[in-house]
Amino acid sequence: MGDIGALSSFLVSAVGLAVPLVLAALGETVSERAGVINIGLEGSVIWGALGGALGALAAGPYAGLAAGALAGGMAALLFAVFAVWLNTNQIITGTAVTIGSLGFTGAVFQSRFGVTGLALELPTVPAWEVPLLSRIPALGPAFFDQAVTVYLAYALVPVLGWFLFRSRWGLVLRAVGESPDAAHASGVPVARTRMLAVVFAGLMAGVAGAHLSLVHTGTFAENMSAGKGFIAIAVVVLGRWSPKGVVAAALFFGGAEALQFALQAVDADLPYPLFLALPYVLSLAALAGWFGRARAPEGLALPWPR
Amino acid sequence: MSTTTLRTRPPLTPALTAATALLATLAVAAALLALGGYSPGDAFAALFRGAFGSWDRFVSFTLVRATPLLLTGLAVAFAFRARVWNIGAEGQLHAGALAGVAVAVALPGTPGLILIPATLLAAAAAGALWASVPAAMKTGMGVGEVITTLLMNFVALFMAQFLVQGPLRESRGVFNQTDEIPAAAHLPDLIPGTRLHLGFLIGVLIAVALWLYLTRTPGGFRLRAVGASPRAAEVSGRFRAKPVVWLAFLTSGAIAGLAGGVQIAGITHRMYENLSPGWGYTAIAVALLARLNPLALVVTAIVFGALSAGGGAMQRDAGVPEVWVRGIEALVILAVLTVDRSWQALADRGSRG
Repeated sequence: MGDIGALSSFLVSAVGLAVPLVLAALGETVSERAGVINIGLEGSVIWGALGGALGALAAGPYAGLAAGALAGGMAALLFAVFAVWLNTNQIITGTAVTIGSLGFTGAVFQSRFGVTGLALELPTVPAWEVPLLSRIPALGPAFFDQAVTVYLAYALVPVLGWFLFRSRWGLVLRAVGESPDAAHASGVPVARTRMLAVVFAGLMAGVAGAHLSLVHTGTFAENMSAGKGFIAIAVVVLGRWSPKGVVAAALFFGGAEALQFALQAVDADLPYPLFLALPYVLSLAALAGWFGRARAPEGLALPWPR
Repeated sequence: MSTTTLRTRPPLTPALTAATALLATLAVAAALLALGGYSPGDAFAALFRGAFGSWDRFVSFTLVRATPLLLTGLAVAFAFRARVWNIGAEGQLHAGALAGVAVAVALPGTPGLILIPATLLAAAAAGALWASVPAAMKTGMGVGEVITTLLMNFVALFMAQFLVQGPLRESRGVFNQTDEIPAAAHLPDLIPGTRLHLGFLIGVLIAVALWLYLTRTPGGFRLRAVGASPRAAEVSGRFRAKPVVWLAFLTSGAIAGLAGGVQIAGITHRMYENLSPGWGYTAIAVALLARLNPLALVVTAIVFGALSAGGGAMQRDAGVPEVWVRGIEALVILAVLTVDRSWQALADRGSRG
């Protein structure tokens, strides 16, 4: 495949598949840095997709993005009320939010649109072409002729990098994640910080979901999150809890998926599920320390106060 | 000083907690159904009829659907007892089902007395093997099991896809599924004339065995001690946590793997993509409602089996989409957590005076 057209379309596909992962994983990075792992992220993604669809039908695609963010944030708020405020087990609570979200989004969708079997047609978010940059061969169309959600992802990487590692607020947030007791002793409101971090992650996962329905597919289908929220959690690990790492990891996951589609089109007999499994195996390897030390925040997934 | 060390008795008996949680779930579900424009009474009645309406509905549907939930629920509960957060039952189940089918298909002409145990043992071994990866990472490198078990689920799903599309694909080559396992490998019916197979009894026997182990043996005491406080157990110098963590992982993985083996030997008789509708995750709700008690798990698995069996009837007779069942499962988990925390808070307040 020396063909630049093929490379270009592979990159377009890879970036399109990676962006929802980047958005959700950036949010989850902030949440995990504050010590909360939200397995309910998948729930925020599917609510984001449905909220996006309903919002877009009511008031256009940009309202849809906002509605998706809000819907994802609400699901995360529910999680936070239990896991942070009531201090319930994060893993069990997150599982409940994911199971319930997949169920109730299906219920809302069916009661609103019935079970006609017809695909829903949604107004999609238009692509914005960046002058000049979008003309770069191969890279241009993939990176600089995309919807606003893609540019949001670009902007957030340095912003969150600065926030987490250079700002006072980021220091406080990381203290809450590493040692909630010490943070508490120095006067930091641990629970409130965690609540905010979790809801931020939910908003981001909601945008990721809205990207799926309003940018990537232009439709909504039950269970269309298809594990994206879970993958985002793996992306955070592979990206070693840093925004830059998360982007690289998400591009890798997206690339593996895009490659799988491309290979399927060329030769149906290739064992493409193995390509899909590869990023997960590498995430495990990353955790095992194959690429240097990947350390989770000390207080991750632990209830506080104990 | 922590109040938990002072309290000798749980503030509310497990059965009362579960009953309160179920009632709360019913109330919230009824409110949501009414909000959605459905009649809660009709929905619950239809669900109940679908699950318990006749002997055949109960045995061939509710109990059959309860079987994989019972086994995966036991797997989850045993691990959670040791404070090993194995959320990888889904992957371990798939690994077990694959190994079970592979063994059964590879040994045609073997009598059932050998083939059935071989199939089930292969399934259990594969499940344990799948769990050994996160176990090794936790004990050897200190990597938390929540993320690793979750990652292993995806690896198992894609491996299953790969195997049923390639090396284990049926010889007809039409669908992405394996060949049917030989008839000798089919689990015998537990009650003639119904679809209920030996797997349910296996689940009940394992529940009893786990309960005896946890409550009546030194090993079970050790496991519960490590689960209650891994650090205290180490510091006391009497227990080492690592062997207990290994035991919890391997037992849990083996039982989850067995769930996969039982499902293919008892019901589907072959393996295909997406064998499980998420039993490994629902199992967490089943185990939690049972307060991680293996005997109580037999009951809660039947409750969730009934939800699953009644969902279709609810859709058909009351017009409530079957997906509501998943929502209700989530409500059960949240209700148990809430009831738990509320009573604990009340008890703490009481003991502080």
